[in-house]
Amino acid sequence: MRREGVFRGRPGAQQLARVRDAFNRDRSLFLGGLLLGLFLFCAIAAPLIAPYDPVTADASSGLLPPGAAHWFGTDQSGMDIYSRVIYGARLDLLVAFAGTTLAFIVGVPLGVLAGFYRGLPSEALMRVTDLIQSFPLLIIAMAFVVLTGQSAVNIILAIAILNAPIFLRLVRSSVLSLRERTYVEAAICAGNTEARLLYRHILPNATSGAIAQASVTAGWAILLTAGLSFLGIGVQVPTPEWGSMVNVGAQLMITGQWWVALFPGLAISFAVLGFNLLGDGLETRLGNAS
Amino acid sequence: MRSSAIPLLEVRDLIKTFPAHGGVVHAVNGVSFGLEAGSTLGLVGESGSGKTTVARCVTRLTNVSSGQIVFDGQDITHLDRGAFRRLRARMQMVFQDPADSLNPRMRVGAIVAEPLMFFTPLSKDERLRKVRALFAQVQLDEDLIDRYPRQLSGGQQQRVAIARAIATDPALVVLDEPTSALDVSVRRGIVDLLRSLQERLGMAYLLISHDLTTVEWMSGSIAVMYLGRVAEIGKARDVLAEASHPYTEGLLASRLTADPRLPPPEALLVGEIPSAFNLPPGCPLHGRCPEAVEECRLTLPVLQPLKLAPTHAVACLRRDTVAVVTESGRPELIGEDQRG
Amino acid sequence: MTALLSVEDLRTSFFTRKGVVSALRGVSFEIGRGEIVGLVGESGSGKSVTAASILGLVRPPGRIVGGRILFDGRDLVTSSEREMRHIRGRQIGLVLQSPRTALNPLLSVGDQMVNIYRAHVRASRQEAWAACLAMLEAVGLSDVERRARSYPNQFSGGSAQRVLIAIALLCNPKLLLADEPTTALDVTIQAQILRLLQDSIARTGSSALLITHDLGAVAHFAQRTMVMYRGEIVEQGPTLSVITDPQHPYTAALVAASLPGTPPGH
Repeated sequence: MRREGVFRGRPGAQQLARVRDAFNRDRSLFLGGLLLGLFLFCAIAAPLIAPYDPVTADASSGLLPPGAAHWFGTDQSGMDIYSRVIYGARLDLLVAFAGTTLAFIVGVPLGVLAGFYRGLPSEALMRVTDLIQSFPLLIIAMAFVVLTGQSAVNIILAIAILNAPIFLRLVRSSVLSLRERTYVEAAICAGNTEARLLYRHILPNATSGAIAQASVTAGWAILLTAGLSFLGIGVQVPTPEWGSMVNVGAQLMITGQWWVALFPGLAISFAVLGFNLLGDGLETRLGNAS
Repeated sequence: MRSSAIPLLEVRDLIKTFPAHGGVVHAVNGVSFGLEAGSTLGLVGESGSGKTTVARCVTRLTNVSSGQIVFDGQDITHLDRGAFRRLRARMQMVFQDPADSLNPRMRVGAIVAEPLMFFTPLSKDERLRKVRALFAQVQLDEDLIDRYPRQLSGGQQQRVAIARAIATDPALVVLDEPTSALDVSVRRGIVDLLRSLQERLGMAYLLISHDLTTVEWMSGSIAVMYLGRVAEIGKARDVLAEASHPYTEGLLASRLTADPRLPPPEALLVGEIPSAFNLPPGCPLHGRCPEAVEECRLTLPVLQPLKLAPTHAVACLRRDTVAVVTESGRPELIGEDQRG
Repeated sequence: MTALLSVEDLRTSFFTRKGVVSALRGVSFEIGRGEIVGLVGESGSGKSVTAASILGLVRPPGRIVGGRILFDGRDLVTSSEREMRHIRGRQIGLVLQSPRTALNPLLSVGDQMVNIYRAHVRASRQEAWAACLAMLEAVGLSDVERRARSYPNQFSGGSAQRVLIAIALLCNPKLLLADEPTTALDVTIQAQILRLLQDSIARTGSSALLITHDLGAVAHFAQRTMVMYRGEIVEQGPTLSVITDPQHPYTAALVAASLPGTPPGH
């Protein structure tokens, strides 16, 4: 159903129609991408768009409600919350992205191997993942960070360790059914070595689920980072990070300073929403393609 | 291509068992046959006959339980994986479901080029040229080279699979139900293509099929299988026109011929195909055979040539057969190329 | 005598994201009482959609967009779902290709049959059970008491198909729709099942629509045959003349492909 030629005269109309088509086709993908794009922009352009330095304290401007000078108000130390929310995107997105990527590149190949080869090594691997997954996630994350020290790197590692098993299982179950597919046997007959078989024929067909899962994991990672910071064992003050900002602001809710916790809280919600929508959209898109 | 003295492919006493709850399933239960270079042997049978398992054993998609497979004079039964892989340049396979036999994420041109990449020293450009030539040989438009499998029809997909199979100029192509998953109007085209390729390139076919029409159209020799054994083997003409084994007779009689003027199909064999699990002794057909006698229940018939037609062998106690033993102590193998 | 089933200019379409697919573009035919009619077509011809349309089983994004389906005087296109539920199973029986998917693996065969029977006929459980056993015997199964208590996975392909036929005939339907009833079966069993269908239909005096891609299945079992191509019936008539003297080029091609004639070299 072609639409070119229907629009005459108005120049921007065709572009608008294409955008509207893309939107209708993959609504989740579109919205998710939009939200994340917004946060990504904040993270990259932070120094340019933040009106104040996020870590400069100014005691005289403490706890100002949202207004002309400070759009989101200020916290007790007088730091501008709007700027801190923007800068917070850097840390949260970085940690989420790095942690998820690490989990992906560890979990996916191991999943392929565990699914393709049976026997002792594969079984041993599955028992290790069982072990990791049998503990409550937050407890393990907390224990890990406390033991290794509070830093962004350690949070990234915690995310990776906790999520690699998820990717592993996902990919493994994909591979278990892929092994039986005719085209894998045909590839063997065509002369593929095992290594190439795994790399060229099995891996590409097993990762669509994992890619969708990655988006969800990234959203979860933000929650974990925020959660750890909220509990006081995440990043150190005064580094701007949404979770620790919520931590600080939570206590102030009772005394009526609602803005300190609300805006970073909203940032967390929308970021996680963005990741989940992206994941949904990718799942639909990639699922249809195979 | 005229037949040579040594068959291209020899299968001797092939047995393949699978473990099952409380016992063993004999999918292939002592199968022997020979295939001459350049000729076609059709393996015919219904579900449970073992014909597909035989094909998978020959191409080492499944391991052999016991027996021998000799390809071009070399015993390949226990060849290690790496050596067998190198062999695949000369032994290829076409599968039943064309859509499923092509990697959905690869372009069809790349799929066909894969064996060239592994087994020939051709450069990337030379490979592309060869792929174009192969597409022409299977009567596919060059434009399709960059398409994905799902963008092609069933018949086109099978042609791609055939192009992949002939890419390295193999001596043997195993065809596993090559037309069963295709529409009726498309089957004839594929069968004609396979025949003309064989005439031009001279490879041998091991054709697995339950469809007697396809087998009839393509095979020089036919082996009829039932429950893991060969019931009858001989030239296609003989097996079809003068079927000897009661199972073959039953199979032919129950064919759903599309001509209302011919006699309607008859069910000569009563009952159903029994499970291959823990087979009782005696002839596998005895429960269903209209000619079965007490002896059939107790003694397993051996594949032996008919007294009146030495190139036509049957495994039936109720037929006039002769035991022919060669120096190796094994009955003479039948299945020579008599392509008319 | 009026026809039992009269389909007039039936149009069914599927409204997908990528566009509209006209599965049936004006299909018209009749089935008389006691007649076996074959409907032959390849994949995509619309033959299964025809059966689904008759039974009111076309689900969104598809729906019937035009035409009438007169069954025993009543237009099925305009009938409510409630009315259709009374017709399905009771007046129109259905035999599908794959017994594995048509039978509930968690219930014994006997239980399933009794449930279906009592959904349509007022009967006590004992009466229903007896009727079901009688039907299982009529379709050629032996040791029916034991079979009725068995589960579908304990049946072989041919026996399971006999069970499906028994279920379809259970409430003595006027019309039997058989969609590829023998395609998934072995060659030696196919003839058995088709003959069983033929005998059962003759015995009960019902009519049948035999849907298949295999001309061989209709050649000896259907009095009339219709050929479908891309949503339309391109030819219909007595089976013998459709096969031996096809008028439409598609029919001729289909016949040629099914009757290869003499193989070369013989």
